[in-house]
Amino acid sequence: MSPWTASLHARKSPNESEPEGSRSLLRPIAAAAALCLWAAAASAQEPKIDPWPGLVTDIFHDRAITSHEGVVALDAPKRAEDAAIVPMTISLLEPGLRAATLVIDENPMPMAAAFSFGEGAGVAKIETRVRVNSYTNVHVVGQTGDGALHSVVKFVKASGGCSAPAIKDQDEASANLGKMKYREFASENPALREAQIMIRHPNNSGLQMDPITRAYIPAHYVDKVEVRQGEALIFSMEGGISLSEDPSFRFAYKPNGAKVMRVEARDNQGNVFKGEWPIGGAS
Amino acid sequence: MLQRTIRGLAIAFLCLVANGAKSFELTEIAPGVFVHQGVTALMSRDNLGGIANLGAIVGAEAVAVIDTGGSRAEGEAFLAALQQRTTKPIRYVIDTHVHPDHIFGNIAFRDTGAVFVGHKNLPRAMATRGPHYLSSFRETMGALLDDVILVPPTLTVERETILDLGGRKIALKAWRTAHSDSDLTVLDPQSGTLFTGDLLFLQHVPIIDGSLLGFLSVIEELRKIEAVRVVPGHGPAVAPWPQALEAQKAYLDHLTRDLRADIARGETLARAVTTAGRGEKPNWLLFEDYHTRNATAGFAELEWEAP
Repeated sequence: MSPWTASLHARKSPNESEPEGSRSLLRPIAAAAALCLWAAAASAQEPKIDPWPGLVTDIFHDRAITSHEGVVALDAPKRAEDAAIVPMTISLLEPGLRAATLVIDENPMPMAAAFSFGEGAGVAKIETRVRVNSYTNVHVVGQTGDGALHSVVKFVKASGGCSAPAIKDQDEASANLGKMKYREFASENPALREAQIMIRHPNNSGLQMDPITRAYIPAHYVDKVEVRQGEALIFSMEGGISLSEDPSFRFAYKPNGAKVMRVEARDNQGNVFKGEWPIGGAS
Repeated sequence: MLQRTIRGLAIAFLCLVANGAKSFELTEIAPGVFVHQGVTALMSRDNLGGIANLGAIVGAEAVAVIDTGGSRAEGEAFLAALQQRTTKPIRYVIDTHVHPDHIFGNIAFRDTGAVFVGHKNLPRAMATRGPHYLSSFRETMGALLDDVILVPPTLTVERETILDLGGRKIALKAWRTAHSDSDLTVLDPQSGTLFTGDLLFLQHVPIIDGSLLGFLSVIEELRKIEAVRVVPGHGPAVAPWPQALEAQKAYLDHLTRDLRADIARGETLARAVTTAGRGEKPNWLLFEDYHTRNATAGFAELEWEAP
C-alpha cells in the first residue's frame, strides 16, 4: 500500500466519534502511542522502502518523470531545524513552466503543494514552508508547456530534540483563522516584482484529540489558494497538511500593470478567505 | 511484544547499571525540597534521557513530584531515590509541560497512586505530539522507548491551583503560550522555592516551542513572583531569584531585535535564520542544536507584526 493511500485510510477512524466515559480520554492516546511504537519498531526492523515510486503512481499517475536539473531547482535546508517550519524555495528556471509540485516523500500526506502558474505570469521563484516529520527526500516536479515532467530531489534530515511538526499555539491558530497579510519586496530582477501572501490557518493534521469533547479533531487545512494580479492568475496552489501552519508564499512574478493583488483561499471544511491589496510602493 | 518488552527492560537495566543509577543524585536544596540536576546534553541512550532538572516537595503527609525524567528508566531511578529520602506517599505528579525529557518518566509513577497534574492544554499537547516524540526519539534513545507509555494528567490547571501536601500548600500556575503551550510553574511558599520548568533555562540555550513574544512577556510576569530561589528546567539545580532570569531575557531580546531588523529589510526566513541572534553563541551551551530552530519559529511569528 502506498503511503498516500495509507494516510487516507489512517484518517478515517480518528474521525469516528469516541464513546463517552472517563476512560475514553486515555484510550486514544494509548492507542496512538501503541500504534506509533509498533510503527517505529517495524520501521527499525524492516528494510526501508523508498516511497517515491508509489508517489509517482498516486500523484503523477505513473507518467514518465525525467530527473533533470535546469527546469526547476529546489533550495532546502540540510536539516529541518524546526520540524513545523522548514523553508523550501522552488526556482522555475525554464520560462513557460506550467506547474510545479512539492512532495515531502516520508510525510503522512506527502503532496505538500501543487502549484499551477498563470500564462504570462512569469513566476520565477516561489518560497513556502512545510512540515518535515522524519528523514526524507523532498521532490519538486516541474511540468513544461509540452506536458513533460522534470524532477529534482533534496534530502532533508529530521530535526532533533523536542521539535515536532505540530502547531505552536493551537488556540491562537484557531482564533485568527483566515486572517491574511500581504507584503512586497524589492526584487533582484528589475523586470519582476516580489511579494508574499500569508494566511492564518492551523493547517491541522487531524491526528489529534479535543480534550473537552474527547473526539478527534478532523483534519483542517488550506486546500486551495489562488493569487491574481487584477484578473490574471499568477499562481494557484492545491495543498495539504504538509504545509506549515499559517501557510506563506513568497513569489517573484512579472507585473502586468494591474493595480490590485487578489487572493482567494479555501480550506477543506469549506471556508473561503479573500484578500485584496493595492500593488505598488515596493519596499 | 512480550519478548521486545523483556529485551527493552534488559537494556534499560543495563543502562541503569552502566550509569550508576544507585547514585541517582537527589539534593535537598531547602528543607523538604529535593532536586535532581539533569545533564546539559541532548537525550540519549547513555544519559537515559536525563537532561532535565527534576524535583520533589515533601509535606507533612504527602509528596509532590515535579517532572519525571526522559525515560521510564530515569523515572524509576528517581522514584527509588525519592523513596530513600521519604516514606510518605506521592500524592501528585506534576508535569511542567509536554516535552519528552520532562514526561517520559511518568510511566514509572503510574502505580504509585499519585494524581497526574498539568496545564489545561497538556492532554491535547500529549495527544498531538506524543506519537511523534515516541517515534522520533527512537533514533537516539532506542529500546529505552519500548516501555514508555505516555500518562496524561487527570487534574488540569486552568489558571491557578493550590495543592495541599499536609501543612504545606504549593501553588501551581498555568501560563499563556511561551516556551510551549502547556507551561506550568510550581511555587513552594514555605521555602520560597519556584520550579519554572522550561520557562527558565540557564547555561542550556533557551528553546522556543511556543511563542517568542509570549516567552518575553511571561518573563516579566514571572519576575513578580516572590521567591528566594529558583529551580530552572535546565542548568544548575538551583539559582538566585529573580536574577536568574536576566541571561535568558537577553538572549530572547537579542534574537527578537535581529529578527525584526531582518523582517523590516525584507530578508527571507531561510537567510535570516543563518544570522539572527548568533552573537549570543558564546553565552550558551547546545547553541548549534537549538538556535536556528528558535530563529525559525521567531521569524514566522514576528513576520505577522511587520507593516
